[in-house]
Amino acid sequence: MQMNVASPADQVTQQLARRARWGLGEVVFWLAVLASIFLLPSRHLILTEIAILALFALSLDLILGYAGVISLGHAAFFGFGAYAAGLLSKYAIINEPVLALLVSGAAAALLGFLTSFLVLRGSDLTRLMVTLGVALVLREVANRFDWLTGGADGLQGVTIEPLLGRFAFDITGHVAYVYCLVVLFILFLIARRIVCSPFGLSLRAVRGNALRASAVGISVNARLVAIYTIAAFYAGVSGALLTQTTQFASLDVFSFERSADVLLILILGGTGYLYGGLLGAIIFKLMQDWLAGITPQYWQFWIGLVLVLVVLIGRERIGRWIAGIRASVERLFGAHGSAGTKSESSRS
Amino acid sequence: MTTVLETSGLVKRFGGIVATNNVSLQIAKGARHALIGPNGAGKTTVINLLTGVVPPTAGHIILEGEDITALSPHQRVRRGLARTFQINQLFADLTPLETIGLAVSERLGAGFDWWRLVGSKPGVVDEIVPLLERFKLADVMDERTATLPYGKQRLLEIAVAFACQPRVLLLDEPAAGVPEAERHEILATIAALPKDVTVLLIEHDMDLVFSFADRISVLVNGAVFVEGAPDDVARDPRVKAVYLGEAIDG
Repeated sequence: MQMNVASPADQVTQQLARRARWGLGEVVFWLAVLASIFLLPSRHLILTEIAILALFALSLDLILGYAGVISLGHAAFFGFGAYAAGLLSKYAIINEPVLALLVSGAAAALLGFLTSFLVLRGSDLTRLMVTLGVALVLREVANRFDWLTGGADGLQGVTIEPLLGRFAFDITGHVAYVYCLVVLFILFLIARRIVCSPFGLSLRAVRGNALRASAVGISVNARLVAIYTIAAFYAGVSGALLTQTTQFASLDVFSFERSADVLLILILGGTGYLYGGLLGAIIFKLMQDWLAGITPQYWQFWIGLVLVLVVLIGRERIGRWIAGIRASVERLFGAHGSAGTKSESSRS
Repeated sequence: MTTVLETSGLVKRFGGIVATNNVSLQIAKGARHALIGPNGAGKTTVINLLTGVVPPTAGHIILEGEDITALSPHQRVRRGLARTFQINQLFADLTPLETIGLAVSERLGAGFDWWRLVGSKPGVVDEIVPLLERFKLADVMDERTATLPYGKQRLLEIAVAFACQPRVLLLDEPAAGVPEAERHEILATIAALPKDVTVLLIEHDMDLVFSFADRISVLVNGAVFVEGAPDDVARDPRVKAVYLGEAIDG
């Protein structure tokens, strides 16, 4: 790279755009995801679960990793989207799954917008309580209105029409997996676009120092409302995907465990770089699947142990190890040149 | 002489304590106005009132003829009142380039632009480059802010506020805590601020005040004690008494 001859303006443009450039690791990751469609046909059912979970965790990363809003009730939006998709199809309001998916996401976004005002004020602790409370309330509402939702029996009789009127969901789950992946990839691209935009930068600023953010003219609350609404859309879509791929929705879509799991997944994978939720979901599900195979009764013990270790060792330290490995891989491939590696080492 | 920033009868009470007592200031356009006073005189409260961090108990704040008393901090920034902080308030994880890019994008109204890339809006980069040069940050623009030398962080502190293109810039002890070796750079940068930007300097350091200010208000016990040109204030026996008294007490 001929950094020396570039004019200051070019350098500035280049450096500002650096975050938005696709890294080698990212390309490899998505190629591997693409390959999984063809190479692992017998594993598509669990891979579908992973894709849905990954989208859910991506949603949480948008508010936690970028805006610093912690939530212990993110399943509220997941569940809302799940029931919305179920009801839309059960009562034949919208039969086409893709359209129903978008409408379910929008319904969750509306809920996110309305509840966002509850999480604006207060500390992290207040936010934990408020978000947890919202999810519990929704669960009870779904339980209470059993004539509509099926209550504790779950929403039965959901049949999903073929995608775009052409691709019917099959028992092997191939269509469902490809569907989930396409949705995940598109929403990931949009999320990536968002976090590299001036809006995304302002979120990182709000997270870093809200006092200063308002001192450069940012209306902190308006930004938080916006990202909370967007994240709720993402969570709603992931919930809707679950309903559509399983043709069923039950009260546990709102459960505390689901909210807690997604938080753990994100912590496992790391916040604030978008891939944390994706990698976390893969690690979590595979670990769960593998451990449950070895020790059906005690797998939760081992998951708990891993989580405690991750937190004890500290994500920062693990991040440094990974950054070190990444830096040496990058040196090997000569991908980013000096600027890329420098930023990796200075970030850790 | 036009007044750009004015306070009338500004009062702030915290419980029984009067932190700001009937302060009426008039800052002239283009002025280098310093607000000084011994510890506990209420300088920080005045800054917090001006920037909207705390609401006044009574009184008004007028910026360019408009009453901004009821506006929130970010709205005041948009109307041209920017500040720096006595203790650095920076974005530790962002680079100076990103920090300044943020301020410029926000000023140009791109804050909710979620699809475009940072810096791709026409004019943003053209504004960033001279800012990086003016505040001597070009060579460190790509470092993480938390790892910058303290002096550079202080420069960035001023640069971010300046990037908002304020009509009035509040500098809250800009050189506080800066090591001697890096001090000169900051003082030179402050001295070189364009004349059309009005500066209100809150400062402890008398050398800086008397080399920079063309008008000084002395705050004691929350009220304006003396106001005048630097020479008059320096000669005023009451001011000497206040500062000497403090020195003896301290």
